[in-house]
Formats: sequence, structure tokens, C-alpha cells
Amino acid sequence: MSGLIENKKEGELDTQKNKFLTFLLGKESYGIEIKYVSEIIGMQEITHVPQLPDYVKGIINLRGKIIPVMDVRLRFKLKAKEYSDRTCIIIIEISDILIGLIVDSVSEVITIPEQNIQEPPQMSKNANNRYIKGIGKIGDSVKLLLDCMKLISDEDFNTISKQYK
Amino acid sequence: MFEVFIYETNQLLEQLEQIIIKSENSNFYSSNDIDEVFRIMHTIKGSSAMMEYSSISALSHSVEDLFCFIREANPSLVNFSQLTDLVLKSADFIKAEIGKIQDGGKTDTDSNFLIDEINAFLENLKKNSSCVLSNSAGPRVNFYGTEKGNLEEVNAKKTYKAVLCFEDDCKMENIRAIAVIQNIKDYAAEIFYSPSNINDDNESAEIIRIDGFKIYFKTDCNIDTVRDILSQTIFLKSLSLDELDSDDEIAEIKNCGCINSKPSINKNIQLKSKSINQKMISVNISKLDSLMDLVGELVISESMLTNNLNLQGRQLDYFNKAARQHRKIINTLQDIVMSIRMVSLSATFQKMNRIVRDAGKALNKNIRLVTVGEDTEVDKNIVEHISDPLMHIIRNAADHGIETVQERVHKNKEETGTITLEAKKSGGDVLIIVRDDGRGLDKNKILQKAKKNGLLKKPESSLTDREIYSFIYLPGFSTCEKVSEFSGRGVGMDVVIKNIGKIGGSVNVDSVAGEGTVVTIKIPLTLAIMNGMIVKVGSSTYTIPIVNIVESFIRREEDIITDPDGNELILIRGECYPVLRLYKHFGVETKKQSVSEGIIMMVENEDKRMCILVDELIGEQQVVVKALPYYIKNFKYAKGIEGCTLLSDGSISLILDVSELLNSYNGREMTACQA
Repeated sequence: MSGLIENKKEGELDTQKNKFLTFLLGKESYGIEIKYVSEIIGMQEITHVPQLPDYVKGIINLRGKIIPVMDVRLRFKLKAKEYSDRTCIIIIEISDILIGLIVDSVSEVITIPEQNIQEPPQMSKNANNRYIKGIGKIGDSVKLLLDCMKLISDEDFNTISKQYK
Repeated sequence: MFEVFIYETNQLLEQLEQIIIKSENSNFYSSNDIDEVFRIMHTIKGSSAMMEYSSISALSHSVEDLFCFIREANPSLVNFSQLTDLVLKSADFIKAEIGKIQDGGKTDTDSNFLIDEINAFLENLKKNSSCVLSNSAGPRVNFYGTEKGNLEEVNAKKTYKAVLCFEDDCKMENIRAIAVIQNIKDYAAEIFYSPSNINDDNESAEIIRIDGFKIYFKTDCNIDTVRDILSQTIFLKSLSLDELDSDDEIAEIKNCGCINSKPSINKNIQLKSKSINQKMISVNISKLDSLMDLVGELVISESMLTNNLNLQGRQLDYFNKAARQHRKIINTLQDIVMSIRMVSLSATFQKMNRIVRDAGKALNKNIRLVTVGEDTEVDKNIVEHISDPLMHIIRNAADHGIETVQERVHKNKEETGTITLEAKKSGGDVLIIVRDDGRGLDKNKILQKAKKNGLLKKPESSLTDREIYSFIYLPGFSTCEKVSEFSGRGVGMDVVIKNIGKIGGSVNVDSVAGEGTVVTIKIPLTLAIMNGMIVKVGSSTYTIPIVNIVESFIRREEDIITDPDGNELILIRGECYPVLRLYKHFGVETKKQSVSEGIIMMVENEDKRMCILVDELIGEQQVVVKALPYYIKNFKYAKGIEGCTLLSDGSISLILDVSELLNSYNGREMTACQA
């Protein structure tokens, strides 16, 4: 009996293991671990909160919950792009923090086996690099796998607070 | 099942305590109170017996017995303070047992010692009471005690015995008997009748049919009047009316105990109080939360529906009518859901009565608790978190603050110390203030102790009074040499800080040596509901708490005075106020940059005032305050925002923190003055 339950648990984990939600930013395709994703919604009216870093666009109301949203483009210091009806907000939940990520468009959920995931190359001066956990290969295409934790845990907090003091 | 039992019992015990303490204060147990205590104990007995907690049920049974006796016999000589002690002790015992059950333990404690005590008290009471009714049939005797009846009892000299027989086929004899009783009730003082259970027993009809309906009553009417009254009875076959010389026959009836029915007036009261209690139900909080979220969603979807693009530009009279009705219902629903979570502080404040009473008794001090504003409504979560800290603060006040009677007399103070517990809303915050007129905090003692413990981080001279007082919140800090039952270990105040901190509140202490201490707890309004004025700046909406708003007006750009530092001021009725342009402060784009295009709102907090320029007023609305997400809080966002709220259309509005706006502005003004 207990064995059965364990099997089931493993099975549940298995269904989420190695699965990634992929989305586009410009021409690059990114992947995000499916276990963090709570839902995907269309673009919403965002309430601006004054004097936040530019990549935090503000807050939205998702069924009574107030959720901050971050423009991933700006977070990666890419050029801002006009929002369209393809623009999506991916709501992710990490260690009890809900946050929305604004991306150009959401593509699909894919499985990338572990052997196809590589460590990111060590390019110490590359600022974008620090958000990437690994590089997944599917056939010829390459998906950049995001480290969600780094995305929201902000080493910027200190510098920001200095800036506005 | 367990949860319900525990919840109910706790509620009942709380009620019980309130009644007991109220009665003790007024030194009188009204018959209503006695009934209520009896009922509470009866309920506890029943439910605990059902859950098979024999110690609780046995104890509550004996308390029930005690009050049963008091209720029926109404003895005049009751030692109330002893009675109060007994009941409170019993309540404490049951509470402790319930606590054990809650923690999953066993209730093996023996309640016999308490039961013995109660029985001894009861025996004593019985012996002392001169009441005739204390014989075995005592509690069962019934008599009608209408007010009129009681008045007449004094001169009701004549005792009558009436036997009524109804016609053979009239049916429902018992009901007719009730009618007879109702009829003579107005004329007679004491009424006894047989068979007695005419109210609810159909068998009694049979007995009346065979033996007739016997009534014994006392009245000062003469026999003819009585005969007239009784003759009016419908379907009456025969009536025999005798005047009795002595009460013997009545006594006989009393003693045989066959007469048994409660006074009908009392019954009505009981029914009423029962139905009041049943109006409350307990609901799981998480269900309420999801209900609130769902209503929020409903509001949004409603506005999406009625503003649907497919409907635009069409003639939709019937639809609009229906939609209006729909919106009305949803608005009402929203209001109700918002109010469900709010609980008044009165129950929490009531609990403190007990604390003060116990502390006063144990410490041998005369302490009075005065509560002000206990009907202030606070979110349920906050009420739960506030109770423990309050208890600590009040115990501290009772133990360390209030002096002994001799000391007070010596100091020319009133013998009875007063602790005032006050709740009020201030600027959207809820303030809970505990004030005592005791000896106050000893600044030097605290300083010395802090020095000894190596807590001083700053030079002594630069410490403000508040900073010194705040040492008492540190764990393990106590200036008290000896540890008493109530306080002195130094764990109390840091628990206070922790618990209040958990709900985002703050605690402040002020004290004047010899005159007393004031502890102010400020609770933020997470989820508290407040009235806000919604204003628009550019495309954003902001909410200003109504309590902060003084007035709003329109002025011309020329009225603005600019000082050399670029601060803008405005002269209103001879007073000069700083002006804050909200669009500038928050960096919002708006077309209405000139003062004449917008509206100026004058706001105040703690006697400080300033003017805020906004684009337009949208309207007043009750809003639920939500905290900004943790993630956002991590950033140092612009000063002056204390939270956000959802407007009825689902959009978010930021709530202005007027006190912070004022402070940031006053800081600037200060520098301006110095310059």
C-alpha cells in the first residue's frame, strides 16, 4: 500500500520533471521549469507604482490577489517592445512569492531530457548570463533555461535603495 | 465534531465569565443571569457527556445543580463573592480540560475536589435559606408570577378550589384548560392546577375528561366574581367552586410534586435567548477569504459583461435595466462580504475584565478596568493576535503600574487604581491604548539595568525617553527583583512586541513618573476596511483615507507662493500650508499641471496639515486595504504609499499614507527654515 503511494508521488513528480514552458523574447527562446508556473494570462491593465526600477512595471489584480509584474525584456536590459495581443504574463510562484513575467509570447511545453541540458558557458563579464541556469538542446534549436530564483531575488535591491535614498 | 465541541464550549465559557464578572461588579445576580448560567452549564454538561468527558460533565452538573437551586429557591443569603470564585474556578477547570483536549491529550484530571466544594456550598446555602421551598419538591413547584400576580400576592387572602368539567364531546380538554388558566391569571396570584402538564401532554385531556380540571388559586376577589369569570369558559358542563380555609390542600399538591410546569413567562424569555444564540454560526476563515476573492472577481466580470464591445452602440433598454439591478445586487453582496470579516473588539476587551479582576485579587490591589470604544471593528485576524499582547500589557499595568492601596492613599491618589483600555481608529490605523494611573516607569532603574546588561549602544545623554522605555520590550528585561505570579520574568513584553510585529503593528510607551503609563498599540490596516476618497492623477487613481481629509477646494495658480528653496506654499484663511503636487511627487504624467485645473485637498494627521494637488475627485468608497506584495516592498518605492486597494471595477488604486507624506514634507520645511 505504502509502496503504491510512493510510486504515485514519484509519478506526479515525473510528470513535471524535465518539462519546460518556453517563451519568446525577441528571437531568443527561453525555458522556465513547469513546476514554478502557476498560470498564463493575457496582458492586463497594470497599476504603476511610483519609483520602482523600470523593469517592475507595477501591480495587477488577479482574482483579488495583488501580484507584481516584471517586464523580462527590461530585466535583461533588452529594448522595450510595445505590448500586443501576443504579449503574455506568466505567473510564477517561487517560495510563496507570486510574480508575473511579461514576455513577448508563450510557445509550448516541451520535455528536455537531462543529458540535453548543458551548463551555461562561463562568461564572467556577461550580465545576462547570471539569470541562465542551463542551455537545453532540442534538435537544432537551443532554449535558454531561466533561473527563476535569481530572476526575483534581487542583488539590485541594495543599489536601488541607495539610488532613491 | 471535536472542533465544534471545543469552539462551542469555549464560547459558552467566555459568555459565562462575562456574566459572572458583570454580576460580581454589580454585586447582584439577576434572574436572567442565573438562568443564563444555568443554561450554559446545562449545555456544557450535555455536550461533554456526549463526548464522554466525564470530569467536565460531572463538574458542570454540580454547578448546574447549584444554580438550579438558586434559581428556584431564590435564597436571599448568598455569599456572592464565594459563588463567583466557585464558578470561575469551575470555568477555569473546564477551560484547562478543553485545552488539553485541543492538544490531543487526555482529560484525566479529577474534578471531585471542585465538586465537593460546590456541594458543600450548596448544602450551606440550603441550610441558611429560610425558604420553604427547599424541601425535596422545592424546585418543582410552579406558580404563575405575572407582575400583577406578584403585586396581589400580598393581600391575596382567599384560596379557592375549582373543579371544571367540560362537555363530553368538546375534545382537546387540555387546550381549554389552558384557556381557563389564562383567564384567571389576571385575577389570581398563585395558581396550581392538576393535571399539570396540560401544555404538551395529550394524556392530560383524558384525565380532565374523567376527573375534571382542578385549579387551586389565591385571589382577593370574592367567590361570586370568581364564579363569573370561570363560568365564561366555553363548553363548560359543570363548575364547583369552594373557598378553602387553609393552604393544606395546596401544600399537598405541592408536595406530591405532580404539578410541574415552568412559568410561561420564563419560557418565553428562554426561547428568545436561545434564538439569539442560534443567530451566530462559525465559519472557516479560508472560506470567507475565497468568498471575498470570488466576489471581487464577480465585480470585474460584471463590468466586463456590461461594457462588452458587442453591446456598444445599441439600444438596449431592457438589458440596461437588468444590468443595473444586477450591479445593485453585486454591490450589496460586496458590502456584506466585506463586513463579515470584521469583528468588534468588545469580546477581547471583556476578557480583560477577568484578567484585571484576578490580578487585583491576587495582588491585593483595588483595580478598575474602564473600556472605551470597544465597538471598534477590526479584522478577525487582528483580533486573534491582539488578545495575548493586551493581556500581558494589562497584567504588567496591574502588577507594576498600579500601587497598593496604602501606597495610593499615601500619594493622595484615589484608592482604586484605574486601567483604561481604549480603542479608536486614527488615520486608518487602529490604536489600542492601555492607560494606567499607577506609578509610571522608573527611567533610572531601566537605564541602570540596561547598562548592566550591556544594552546601551549610545551615550546615555543622547537617549530619548522613548528609547529608554523601549528597553522594557527586550527579552529577559525586567527591573523587578522578584518574580510574581503575574509578571516580572521579563518574557512578557517581548512577546507583546513579537505578536504585534507579526501583524505589522508597533508599540509605544509613554510614562510620567508617579502619574502612570500609556502603552499605545498601533495596528496597521491590513485588510481593515476604511472609507477612502478616490482621486485621479493622470491615468492613475489614488485613495486618500477620509479621516485625513479636511476639505477640498479650487484655487488659482497665482495663489501659490514659492519660497527660495522651491517649496510651494498656499495661504488659506490666514494660515500657510505646504503644497504637494502629487503628479510631481509620484512622477505621473498628467495634462492638468496647473493648480487651477486640479483640485486641492487639504489633509491632516496629528495636527499637521498640508495641501495635495490632484487632477479630480472620483468619489468616496469603502475599500479593503491590501498590503503591497512583498516583492514590491523590497524596493524603496516612493514615500507616502501604505497599501493598495481594489476598486469596484477591479482596477487597483494606491492608498496614500498621509502621515508619511506630511513627515517627508515637514523634513524639507525644516531645512528650509534653517536655511
